[in-house]
Amino acid sequence: MQSVETRLRALLIDAMAGDALAYQTFLSELTRHLRGFLRRRIPQLSDDVEDLVQEILLAVHNGRHTYRADEPLTAWVHAIARYKLMDFFRARARRESLHDPIDDYIDIFAVCDDEPASARRDLGKLLQQLPDKQRLPIQHVKLEGLSVAETAQLTGLSESAVKVGVHRGLKALAAKLRAIA
Amino acid sequence: METDLLVSLLARGVTPVDRHVVARRLGWALLAAALGATLLVVSFYGIRPDIGTVSATPIFWAKVALPVALAAGALAVTIRLARPGARVGLAWAGIGIPIAAVWLAGLIAVLLAPEGARVALVIGETWRSCPFNIAFLSIPGFVASFAAVRGLAPTNLRLAGAATGLLAGATATIAYCLHCPEMSAAFWALWYVLGMLVPTVAGALLGPKWLHW
Repeated sequence: MQSVETRLRALLIDAMAGDALAYQTFLSELTRHLRGFLRRRIPQLSDDVEDLVQEILLAVHNGRHTYRADEPLTAWVHAIARYKLMDFFRARARRESLHDPIDDYIDIFAVCDDEPASARRDLGKLLQQLPDKQRLPIQHVKLEGLSVAETAQLTGLSESAVKVGVHRGLKALAAKLRAIA
Repeated sequence: METDLLVSLLARGVTPVDRHVVARRLGWALLAAALGATLLVVSFYGIRPDIGTVSATPIFWAKVALPVALAAGALAVTIRLARPGARVGLAWAGIGIPIAAVWLAGLIAVLLAPEGARVALVIGETWRSCPFNIAFLSIPGFVASFAAVRGLAPTNLRLAGAATGLLAGATATIAYCLHCPEMSAAFWALWYVLGMLVPTVAGALLGPKWLHW
């Protein structure tokens, strides 16, 4: 368990310095842990697990600037996961599920689950609903792997507008997920 | 979209994160709060005419010290509440100690005063308007600080909203010292604290809605 914390933290710190490969590894491992955590936490809602995993991943991504390297990653991830989980419960008005105590964050990295279920909400479709100045940067930079400069040239946006578009688009995507929860 | 695809999407072309973004965001908000409140003081209430002489007295700076200390305490608490999993812990003392200190000072002032003068020490001349003035002055800072905290990642929205409101209220009170003629700690202990409580409560009420992410 300690080693998961240590390894994931090292990966995230590299990722925050701009290492995309470290970030990919971090998010993949985090996905497995989140899935395991949620499947055990809300077995009665197993159909929603994959949606929640995606929502938490987006929240981790959009909030990664608030992680400080000198603080335990477990507590940070757990606070985000818990926040999104509570939000989910509220949205679904399944208040009875709140009786499940989810305070013991020690075990958030305890279980791995490699088997994704299918998500109910299609992020790809939501992506298509974003305005062009957000959708196109995400499409080109994040899905097709073009550089910011190439995307700027292709779309006629400035390079900073491309970066802002990606950033705002991913935040808007998180908000859309929340809205249809 | 499969989760694997989302992971690749998020990771691809990821740019370095600015490590000072929390400090910078709150720094700008604080600046907006201070400038906004000062501008409102100057345009609506006016600076007290004896500011030149009174600013040479220790009691004036003791008065300014209250909102300065509270703003610092509220800032420390807000920074922690704006980041997931950060414990507030000892930072609460940054809010508790200034309030305890002004209450103690006010109590001593009242006890030392002759009986007939006690009420005047507490209600001063401007008690009717003081809390409202402070609440009014805190509006620009309230909006700016909420915008800043919203861009971070608060997970306890009610508490984060309250701390953000207090930050705006304390900053506004610093500016209000330019105008306010009251020089009794007993007055500050009651009406200043009440004035700062208004944006604090407003923050607690609006937090769950405005800070949602």
